[in-house]
Amino acid sequence: MAQNQASVAPMGKGKKSKVVRYNRWGYIFLIPFIAVFLVFNLIPLISTFYNSFFENYMAQLNHVGPNFVGFQNYKTLFADGKIWQYAGNTAIMWVMGFIPQIIVSLLLAQWFSDTRLKLKGSTFFKTVIYMPNLIMASAFSLLFFALFSDGGPINDLLMKMHILDEPFKFFSSKWATRSLVAAMNFLMWFGNTTILLMAGIMGIDVSLYEAAEVDGANSWQRFTRITLPLLKPILIYVMITSLIGGIQMFDVPQILTNGTGNPTDSTMTLIMYLNKHLYSKNYGMGGAISVVLFLLTGALSLLVYNIMYRKKDKEA
Amino acid sequence: MRKFKKAMALTLVTAMAAASFVGCSKSSSSSSAAANNNTTKEAVTDADGKEVSMRDQIAAKKYDNEGKVLNIYVWNDEFISRVADHFPGYEKVDATTGKIGDVEVKFTKVDNQDNKYQTNLDQTLQDNGKNQENADADKKIDIFLVEADYALKYVNSSYTMKLADLGITDADLPNQYQYTKDAVTDSEGNLKGISWQGCPGLLIYRRDVAKDVLGTDDPTEVQKSVADWDTFAETAKKMADKNYLMTSSVNDTYRVFSNNVSSKWVDENNVINVDANIKKWVDVSKAMVDAKETGTYALWSDDWAKGFYKDGNVFCYFGPAWLIDFSMHCDEEGSVGYDGGWAVTEGPQGFFWGGTWICAAAGTDNQELVKDLMLCLTTDEETMTQIVEKDHDFVNNSKVMEAKATDDKFGDKYLSNQNPVGLFCNGIKTVSLANISGYDQGCNEEFQNAMKDYFDGNYKTYEEALDAFYDKVIVKYPELKKPE
Repeated sequence: MAQNQASVAPMGKGKKSKVVRYNRWGYIFLIPFIAVFLVFNLIPLISTFYNSFFENYMAQLNHVGPNFVGFQNYKTLFADGKIWQYAGNTAIMWVMGFIPQIIVSLLLAQWFSDTRLKLKGSTFFKTVIYMPNLIMASAFSLLFFALFSDGGPINDLLMKMHILDEPFKFFSSKWATRSLVAAMNFLMWFGNTTILLMAGIMGIDVSLYEAAEVDGANSWQRFTRITLPLLKPILIYVMITSLIGGIQMFDVPQILTNGTGNPTDSTMTLIMYLNKHLYSKNYGMGGAISVVLFLLTGALSLLVYNIMYRKKDKEA
Repeated sequence: MRKFKKAMALTLVTAMAAASFVGCSKSSSSSSAAANNNTTKEAVTDADGKEVSMRDQIAAKKYDNEGKVLNIYVWNDEFISRVADHFPGYEKVDATTGKIGDVEVKFTKVDNQDNKYQTNLDQTLQDNGKNQENADADKKIDIFLVEADYALKYVNSSYTMKLADLGITDADLPNQYQYTKDAVTDSEGNLKGISWQGCPGLLIYRRDVAKDVLGTDDPTEVQKSVADWDTFAETAKKMADKNYLMTSSVNDTYRVFSNNVSSKWVDENNVINVDANIKKWVDVSKAMVDAKETGTYALWSDDWAKGFYKDGNVFCYFGPAWLIDFSMHCDEEGSVGYDGGWAVTEGPQGFFWGGTWICAAAGTDNQELVKDLMLCLTTDEETMTQIVEKDHDFVNNSKVMEAKATDDKFGDKYLSNQNPVGLFCNGIKTVSLANISGYDQGCNEEFQNAMKDYFDGNYKTYEEALDAFYDKVIVKYPELKKPE
């Protein structure tokens, strides 16, 4: 490049501007993204930080603030420890949903992309497993709420089959409610993950598998020694997007528990907590929670990324 | 999950767009029409000197020199149907729009639960600014409805108009029940809202269950088994022995206790206060839940409403007239009320539930229509009698109601033609609103949510549940404090 430029420089203005013009197109194409990013991401992000240092809410119909209070909102937030409880809830429900999600998705992706299995109707099933994602989370939650209510069809069924003597109160049981949230998240997202993983698996060179077979590797070895390592970039992507999605878990538990996060606050997620503060337009506390969420998400993403890549570097 | 980001972005775009529209519409509206404060009521007469009824006067009006759109904020269909059915000259266009004279009527319906209605209304009122100067003429809120639980919040603000400024005076409301006025009188004694209904509550029980367990379905006999909380508990045990639930949910009795409190939810120092009678509700309810005499369902849930149908097993609900007429699915085949299966009696204590008040929003550009709407629906005897007869509502007019109480021909078919009006008239005398506050809705809802976990056994002690309640209320109302 340096050589090229040096040779171009003395050749006069005409030719030089031609080179520059291509660069300019690059910038022009970037403008829409930068503009949208600035307006919808960066400015709100900065104003969130700014807001978190103010006391600013509605007391009945009177506006209190904005008064600068320094780190008072953060102190209040951490003083009662609720935020850790809610972070714990979020993590538990995410893990309960994510583990089956990644296992089932890997299995399905492997089966669907294995040409020698010759699964019949795989296109049909690929469509079907993606379906739950197309339903609105709120509609899906309402459906589950109706299905599992005390007098709902699931309880009816279990009683008719003489498995239960009296209705089981799903929404009065901590673990039942959490499991339902996890199950719904799993159902909604495993199709999506399967499609992503399939794309990754199909991108792996077939000759590697053939070579392994010639060397006598069985299917488990092929999966663990070839598929998994080469799938790592996609797995990292799935991990991080799902993690961020998990931290932002809101619609399913919100609708399923009617916004209460009960029983005993065990399904209250961080975003639901944030949402509660916004009922009184408490921008200060809302801002403080958002900042904590931002830092948490950033830290966890970095962690996942580093763990996964460091291993790869060592192997390399 | 991931959709949340998208939803957020969409919300922001909408909010920005909305904000920019609000900004450019500063239509001046200096239409504080000088209030007509002639207090003496003179009957309007026609050419022959014959008195013209209020309904005929209104029907003749076009309202053509006022705002073109009448915006009304509501949380359900009740008021919409009252206006549609009983306001002369209302033409229905669709479920939430209509026409009165030259004015288009637009209802904005927002769900009431979890303060959603209040949040939405507050935002719009604040965006519209003081006296709604920032809003387009067509966007100005003209009327909004409030409930007793939070009426004071609006009444004590500058967003509501004094009725006197509309030209409605005490002389217009001689027969209204005092408590309906107390609920919407501001701290300076100005009346700022008006209601067409009174909501004294009664115990509504199933006749067939009463016969089966108590041997009679006669209201005066049944009353003896539910006369106070001790006999109520004894009857609950008898019900449970025959596999009936005394009430559908602990929340059914909640209002009966919470209306008979002797202190407010929030004291003058903004400290949250749980009244002794509320604590009594917790004790009574816990005992009933443990004995499987009632459930813990949220009000309005499907499980709660199961007892409205014949295959349910609930003995009684507590509620005012509108619950029977409006919520118990009595026009559906298979429901208890369809064959007149309910009856009413006074129950252990008097109480009221709900009630809707009409407030005129400050800065409305439809003052005459707002005034006529208020007067016609809440003071005109002819209209109010219509409402009683068609909707079985308990209207806010002692004269009309007392006439109905002794009317042998009047009966509610859902109650096998029992005439409940006399009982309601007795009930309304004990209703007191001395201890309501602007925080009641949030406190009541969060208290019930927290106690549900205690009743279900998820919180081991009352204190744990109480702590959860304090935390939730303070998040909802940051200005409040937990008691020391």
